[in-house]
Amino acid sequence: MIQHIVLYPIIVQLLLAILLLFSWNSIKIQKLISAGGSIISLLVSIGLIMTVWNEGTLTIQSGGWEAPFGITFVADAFAATMVLLTAISGLAVSFFTVGTILKARLKFGFLPVLHFLFLGLNGAFLTGDIFNLYVWFEIIIISSFVLITLGGEKKQIEGAVKYFTLNIFASVIFLTAIAVLYGLTGSLNMADLALKIAAIENRGLDEVTAILFLIGFGIKAAIFPLYFWLPAAYHTPPPAVSAVFGGLLTKVGVYALIRVFTLIFVGDVFLENIILVLAGFTIVAGALGALTQNNIAKVFSYLIICHIGFMILGLGLYTEAAIAAAIFYVIHDIVVKTNLFMVGGLIYRIKGTYSMRDLGGIYAKYPLLSLLMIIPLFSLVGIPPFSGFWPKLSLITESFKIDNYWLIAALLFGTFITLFVIARLWAEVFWKKGKKLPEIQNFRYYDKLKIEKKIEIVGPILFLAFISLYIGFGAENIQQLAMRVGEELMNNQMYIQAVLGK
Amino acid sequence: MEFLLAILIGLLYASGLYMMLRRSLVKLIIGLILLSNGANLLIFLLGRITKGKPPIIPEESYNFLDAYADPVPQALILTAIVISFGLQSFAIVLIKRAYKVVKTDDLDQMNSTDEFS
Repeated sequence: MIQHIVLYPIIVQLLLAILLLFSWNSIKIQKLISAGGSIISLLVSIGLIMTVWNEGTLTIQSGGWEAPFGITFVADAFAATMVLLTAISGLAVSFFTVGTILKARLKFGFLPVLHFLFLGLNGAFLTGDIFNLYVWFEIIIISSFVLITLGGEKKQIEGAVKYFTLNIFASVIFLTAIAVLYGLTGSLNMADLALKIAAIENRGLDEVTAILFLIGFGIKAAIFPLYFWLPAAYHTPPPAVSAVFGGLLTKVGVYALIRVFTLIFVGDVFLENIILVLAGFTIVAGALGALTQNNIAKVFSYLIICHIGFMILGLGLYTEAAIAAAIFYVIHDIVVKTNLFMVGGLIYRIKGTYSMRDLGGIYAKYPLLSLLMIIPLFSLVGIPPFSGFWPKLSLITESFKIDNYWLIAALLFGTFITLFVIARLWAEVFWKKGKKLPEIQNFRYYDKLKIEKKIEIVGPILFLAFISLYIGFGAENIQQLAMRVGEELMNNQMYIQAVLGK
Repeated sequence: MEFLLAILIGLLYASGLYMMLRRSLVKLIIGLILLSNGANLLIFLLGRITKGKPPIIPEESYNFLDAYADPVPQALILTAIVISFGLQSFAIVLIKRAYKVVKTDDLDQMNSTDEFS
């Protein structure tokens, strides 16, 4: 039964989390299980994407209930790609966690909760049922609440209050949207919904539901007027947590947006225009926010918002090439953003501060490390041939095709500000002459760490930097994958046929 | 019945939003609770209310002859209630902790993470 491979990524993470709970008392065993399990999870995800690539979309009906009555799990190229990216960034983060998170936090179940988060992510990507998607979202946010508050520092608690309020609010809106959708169609299976929504005569109701989904997922993805919780919360937890959040959590929102608006609510010009306008504003707002900040973690938080705009823009343009560009951007962004927060963590480890005013002199002291850290930074900006360049190129060409020069202006502005911000960061953090900072008591500076600890911190950064380089230099392969995903998403008949078999 | 429920749901959403916009932490949680209850009732209402017709077939018959209540919304609400219960308990513990750490329940004073540094 080849379809069973659809469930393996979920089951692996679930088993891992349970095993980790059972080894609660020994951090050493937890570390081993987490690292080993992440490697297994990566292998399983590679297996899944290879199978999907060769066999086409795979589906499995849970409990043997025929779709649309039971819950369907679907692995199309998009879902399989996202699962693979989760596994890649999960592997890096679980190693980075082992190297950087304090013992006190690990003792209170940091690693089990981290794997519950990955479980939720994999589930959200693979499910084909809209209410089931809601449940996976809840698993994700409950785990993320624990991760963001674990440790209980003042700034963490303050950030958590905002984070959890807005996330619960988004969930309520999402639930409301599901309720209206169920009232309209009497179905929850996404493929079935796609057929039934198209048959509804009252287009007004259909549009209201779509807007509810846009707001619910928009808060989670941090698009323009709904992003304010993100810069208030993402810099508060330890860097390993920020890395998962920045890399993966907002992208789940983007995934859900792309899924819902290419499968269920399709071909609505009004909505496409709204999404385009929001995308433009998201890019500009995120870029301007990043300009004003001095704390490097906050700069990265605003850059997340800026680049969410690029992906939403691809969705709004709604052509095969634009969707493919958005997918390429998601692939590039998950790897780079995870790496970026880890780089931030490494800088913090070296100097003991996040403030750009106090930082400096890292290049003089660690030239090789600095060269490593510049790979994610350059990839982020998209200096050719690094990875960010290719999707931006296609996004701009696609915007030219509809003659929307405001969008092109926003895109170029966002890219330019990203370049400026990164150049400033490079100058301030790496080139500027370093100040003598007062030494913090009991702080585990990078210099004082043992060599194996150093490897645990630098290893994941090196790993993700290599992946970034591959995405940039092997753009041909990634583009093929993205084009395949774009083709599948634009022809939603393929998805419907795979699920319902008709 | 539907009409009354619709008004009740509207009231729950409105008062939930109003409470969320207040500055107090406790009112924030109350607002979230009202909102999620409103959403649960909305699912119930939109699943079509059928009185006294449980979705159970008698053992000897093989098909439905009469209208029956849709079991799916009830399952959805049950799931949603359990989830929101978990979230709310977490939220209440969190605001207690926040009150202890920040020493205020005024949301306007909890802005140290937004300040420039």
